[in-house]
Amino acid sequence: MKHRISALFLGTALALAAGGDAFAQDKTIKIGVLTDNSGLYSDLGGAGSTLAAQMAIEDSGMQAKGWKIDLISADHQNKPDIATTIARQWIDVEKVDVLMDVLNSGVALAVNNVVKEKNSIMINTGAATSDLTNAQCSPNTIHWVYDTYMLANSTGQALVKAGGDTWYFLTADYAFGAALERDTTAVILKSGGKVLGTVKHPLNSSDFSSFLLQAQASKAKIVGMANAGGDTTNTIKQASEFGIVAGGQKLAGLLLFITDVHSLGLKVAQGLSFTETFYWDLNDGTRAFSKRFSDRMKNKAQPSMVQAGVYSGLIHYFKTLDAMSGNPHDGAKVVAKMKELPTDDPLFGKGSIRVDGRKIHPAYLFEVKKPEESKAPWDYYKLIGTTPGDQAFRPLSESTCALVKK
Amino acid sequence: MQALYAQLLVGLINGSFYALLSLGLAVIFGMLNIINFAHGALYMMGAFCAYFLLSLTGLGYWPALIVAPIVVGIFGMILERTMLQWLAGLDHLYGLLLTFGIALIVQGVFQNYFGSSGLPYAIPDELKGGMNLGFMFLPIYRGWVVIFSLVVCIATWYLIERTRLGAYLRAATENPTLVRAFGVNVPRMITLTYGLGVGLAALAGVLSAPINQVRPLMGADLIIVVFAVVVIGGMGSIMGSIITGFALGVIEGLTKYFYPEASNTVVFVLMVLVLLVKPTGLTGRAA
Repeated sequence: MKHRISALFLGTALALAAGGDAFAQDKTIKIGVLTDNSGLYSDLGGAGSTLAAQMAIEDSGMQAKGWKIDLISADHQNKPDIATTIARQWIDVEKVDVLMDVLNSGVALAVNNVVKEKNSIMINTGAATSDLTNAQCSPNTIHWVYDTYMLANSTGQALVKAGGDTWYFLTADYAFGAALERDTTAVILKSGGKVLGTVKHPLNSSDFSSFLLQAQASKAKIVGMANAGGDTTNTIKQASEFGIVAGGQKLAGLLLFITDVHSLGLKVAQGLSFTETFYWDLNDGTRAFSKRFSDRMKNKAQPSMVQAGVYSGLIHYFKTLDAMSGNPHDGAKVVAKMKELPTDDPLFGKGSIRVDGRKIHPAYLFEVKKPEESKAPWDYYKLIGTTPGDQAFRPLSESTCALVKK
Repeated sequence: MQALYAQLLVGLINGSFYALLSLGLAVIFGMLNIINFAHGALYMMGAFCAYFLLSLTGLGYWPALIVAPIVVGIFGMILERTMLQWLAGLDHLYGLLLTFGIALIVQGVFQNYFGSSGLPYAIPDELKGGMNLGFMFLPIYRGWVVIFSLVVCIATWYLIERTRLGAYLRAATENPTLVRAFGVNVPRMITLTYGLGVGLAALAGVLSAPINQVRPLMGADLIIVVFAVVVIGGMGSIMGSIITGFALGVIEGLTKYFYPEASNTVVFVLMVLVLLVKPTGLTGRAA
């Protein structure tokens, strides 16, 4: 018995020594894309996010430098409980280093806690809630593409300035809708506008006529849609049916993606203005990437900003690990290093990551083209305004994030 | 008060979809004893069929109202011939599982090729615009949906409850052997009935294409509510499902006005209450 125990100790010591040695040059990375693969958000994330991750791996040149990179993906079905179960399993059993995409604010906030508890990394490119870098900020999370504060700030302010000073909200009844409504309301009040009322609808509704009638009866100048994906496209389609726009009210899509515009068709979507941080036709860099991306997509779709964010976030993650010349498998440590290094990629341009985990880059206000203005498939947007990165997001002085020292 | 009238009317519009779909389900359950979980997927196929007719062959909304139900109905009859007929006489659970599996496969295939955001389908020119009713702005298309589905529902009820063909059908359900002895081709009649139920689902799909996006999951979102409608109305009762369909649309509409957060659960609360008080549904007969 004694022999066996001492043999065991010896074995463990040897294994630890070997492990320690391997640690110094550990060049393995495992990426998990956790997204909606089958539900209402699967066009703006889904398989396209996994493809974007694959392209980032190929373009990074990491494998040529001796890195071994694995990529897995899973469907969280927009359910926080399923998402946290997958996240735990990925981190504990599969040894996933970084979780990408994680769209849906309810899911993201739940996974945020798991990632922090397990000292892993989440580069969130899909969820909207600004709480991820504010009240619930974490040393393990980076919020890459957009957030509710930025959307409210850009779209909301532009609309109030253009005379839309009374609002009625149609809000998706979960974390995201609540955050978007809250942040937009703050902007409206600050700019001298008024919110006349709000109606909360269940996620994934198919009929919005009751809600639209209530918005119509409110006589508000702006009907703000604090929802996303299929909910937004159905709202827009049915609003035109009920003569909301013809009656003099204006629809404000607070969060719209290019996949939504594609699905609506320009005839219905024309004239909508909203904010994104990426568009395939912005410059040569975005066009080159998007061409390669859409060639590999099954339905030849252009990348959404969420999918572009997966690519951009991973490129920076790889750059950081390369600079550290090894993967320490220590989430907080890698994220801290990512915040030190400036970001630069062809999709989002030069930028940085703030101490609260907020990725900083410009926000673009777009207007959807009229059918006759569109020259090619997916030629949908006109750029009508740009907010520089340092003004687009919540200033650190207003932050309640515990990582921000005041 | 005016807002209330408007919500009642909007509820009636949604109710017409519930009625059309639950009618098809009731016909299939009443005549074939199959709990058709593929109904939502077939409804979705109806909408997609309308989309393809328009984009590939240029056939617009009006022909689609006839062509789509026939095409999808034939698909349904193939399903019945090749798969469902072998389940006759077995426990309901088998039919439920088979049709549920078919629904998942069909939805998966459509989603694989068309994504989840859906495809656009415009309202036909003849039905564009709306009328001001004083208390609300009623889109003409919605008015058309209510009237058209009412006509279809009543016609179907008449066909099954008041004609000779309907009498054969009901008799074949009661006692297939005896009806066969009279020289009626019972299996063919059952296939046609399934085709009819499926056609009704596809018709509802075409009707909803201009209102909702044509999406692979459009049926999956709706089917659970429709099942609740059928259960409340009484499984297999034709008139029961029509009336419950419209009534629940109205109740749901009122909930959207008074307490919108509960609008997607109110139907199920009602279902629980009805089942507790009258387990066979409002108009159902005890088995």
